[in-house]
Amino acid sequence: MSARDEILAGIRRSLGVKGNETIRRQIVQDRLERAPKGVVPARGQVSGEERIALFRTMAESSLATVTEVGTPAEVPQSIALFLRDHNLPATLRMGGDPRLKAMPWSETALEISQGPSEGQDLNAVSHAFGGVAETGTLAMISGPENPSTLNFLPDNHIIVVSAKDIASDYESVWSRVRFAFGKGGMPRTVNWITGPSRSGDIEQTLLLGAHGPRRLHVIVVRE
Amino acid sequence: MTVHTTSPQFKQNAARALHDPQLQKALNNVKQGFIDKRQAAADKLPEFEALRDSARDIKNHTLEHLDLYLEAYEQKVKASGGHVHFARNADEAREIILSICREAGARTVTKGKSMISEEIGINHYLEANGIKPVETDLGEYIIQLRNELPSHIIAPAVHLNATQVEQDFRRVHTHLDAKRDLSEPVQLLTEARAVLRERFLAADVGITGANFLVAETGTSIIVTNEGNGDLTQILPRTHIVLASIEKLVPTLEDASQLLRVLARSATGQEMSVYTTFSTGPRRSGDADGPENYHVVLIDNGRSAMLGTSFEEMLRCIRCGACMNHCPVYHAVGGHAYGWVYPGPMGAVLTPSLIGVDKAGHLPNASTFCGRCESVCPVRIPLPKLMRHWREREFERHLTPASVRSGLSLWSFFAKRPALYRLATRAAMATLGFAGRRRGRFSWLPLAKGWTKHRDFPAPQGETFQARWQRERKGGTA
Ligand code: SF4
Repeated sequence: MSARDEILAGIRRSLGVKGNETIRRQIVQDRLERAPKGVVPARGQVSGEERIALFRTMAESSLATVTEVGTPAEVPQSIALFLRDHNLPATLRMGGDPRLKAMPWSETALEISQGPSEGQDLNAVSHAFGGVAETGTLAMISGPENPSTLNFLPDNHIIVVSAKDIASDYESVWSRVRFAFGKGGMPRTVNWITGPSRSGDIEQTLLLGAHGPRRLHVIVVRE
Repeated sequence: MTVHTTSPQFKQNAARALHDPQLQKALNNVKQGFIDKRQAAADKLPEFEALRDSARDIKNHTLEHLDLYLEAYEQKVKASGGHVHFARNADEAREIILSICREAGARTVTKGKSMISEEIGINHYLEANGIKPVETDLGEYIIQLRNELPSHIIAPAVHLNATQVEQDFRRVHTHLDAKRDLSEPVQLLTEARAVLRERFLAADVGITGANFLVAETGTSIIVTNEGNGDLTQILPRTHIVLASIEKLVPTLEDASQLLRVLARSATGQEMSVYTTFSTGPRRSGDADGPENYHVVLIDNGRSAMLGTSFEEMLRCIRCGACMNHCPVYHAVGGHAYGWVYPGPMGAVLTPSLIGVDKAGHLPNASTFCGRCESVCPVRIPLPKLMRHWREREFERHLTPASVRSGLSLWSFFAKRPALYRLATRAAMATLGFAGRRRGRFSWLPLAKGWTKHRDFPAPQGETFQARWQRERKGGTA
């Protein structure tokens, strides 16, 4: 017997089942199809301004910084300002996300480069698929235009998120993912990001920038 | 089992631990930090207790249908272009991993933190076969340099102080200026970041564990605060996921329920910094990500626990809360337990995995105070399971010597001056317990254990809970 078959047989022996019981198969099928939500905390169940405000509070409590701009066209200036305020070089790496590409980068003095990170970039910007107000979490999705390496290798990571994509809870993000990728389908990588990288491994002291970004800056686009 | 165990020598290990001032200083960090943070996070979420019920129910449901969820999961991984391998035991798992590494022509392998990888002892095996494994979680990296086992399941280097880490870095990072300043923890972190960045970029294969596997989508989930697990899995050409079979959950919604209790129970965070859902290898046109995606599903004793009283232990999501709240762990640290899993969860799991002959006495290292069960996010009745092991040991009529070693372990705890208050608490808690179920556990050395040490001052008439609260606040115990 193969290891696979033996393990499955062992599980069935322990559970006292054969594996072909219709009722068990139906229960499993049903659960996979219905994907019941369980307990969803009330905290995130607010809308409009209140939801954005909650997202902001929670993201800040995870030690991210958050700023808001009115339109996508204001993003480049806002990033230039952020980099200047922190005495960071005016360089920026990004993927090919059309929402980012459409922004007026030439209005700034930022030196833009494109593509995944190879580990030398100081600053990068990505566009989020969505946000979760409950915990101030950003949801990132990998793809041809959104390299995952940009989320982890740069020292300073800037994430742009549209206010309309900030959901109450994780479950709402999953239903959008299902809409985009089909039920049971997933992009290669979904990253939930809640604050900048950190470690408490040395004497339980919180230190930022363990392997990933030391700074996480979030720009919420209102329109 | 190639991971060497010193579990049979728990008593000697514990005695050494109690007289190790460095360790005692480091263990203070556990007592002071984790408990309050978890409580604060739980208090901030009114639904926290309901989420714990939900988490327990999801795990129970999955375990009851584990064969079917494994099949569904396997199918989805294959459909997304990944490979699934099954390993009955540690030997098989190691062989599978080695052959994937060989196929990838791997010389170096980066690793995210994974308890199952400790359990199967993959690092030594790869090394013996000419492949260099590099741990990338800061704590794991430090203990790898020291050739130690983790002493805590989420804070592997919690037994160490910064000066010890500094000495290790100076010993190993000989390419750096010998006169550099490493007096601040942040300097140690910066150095590790730079050294490991090179390793990440050079690795041929990345090995991670999985906090959860999702049957609905064929997804593996890792949770980290450092981002090391992500760099481990997106940079190399091949990503290997190691997971024991009980990591399955049905859907993304179920995973989200469990994630809501995991970080809060572990570190008191609302959510860990990075929660990553990986499904198959890089897609056509993707800008980055691994070209090959393998999952090694490891049984190593789990399927035999199903259907027994220890099945409940398979709900464990490895949050570490039970050890963070355990007075015995606070006193002796993780290494005394002698194998991969320490604290209350280790005392229950280790005998199941390496045998009651080697570790059957670990459940005696308990005061039965019940704190572990009260904080376990999936409501595992740890004290009850520890008692089950004791009963089993008794029922099996193990040799008098073995029984005695169990008993003498108990009195060992009662006798230690450093554990004086702990012993008082132990006696109070245990007497209360025995009072409820007298007879059944009449073999416990209660009366003898107590009277033999009656020169200890009598209990001070304070309730256990009140005392716990007070001592916890004061940072002593
Ligand atoms: S037994 Fe419970 S508290 Fe302990 S590590 Fe497992 S899930 Fe956490």
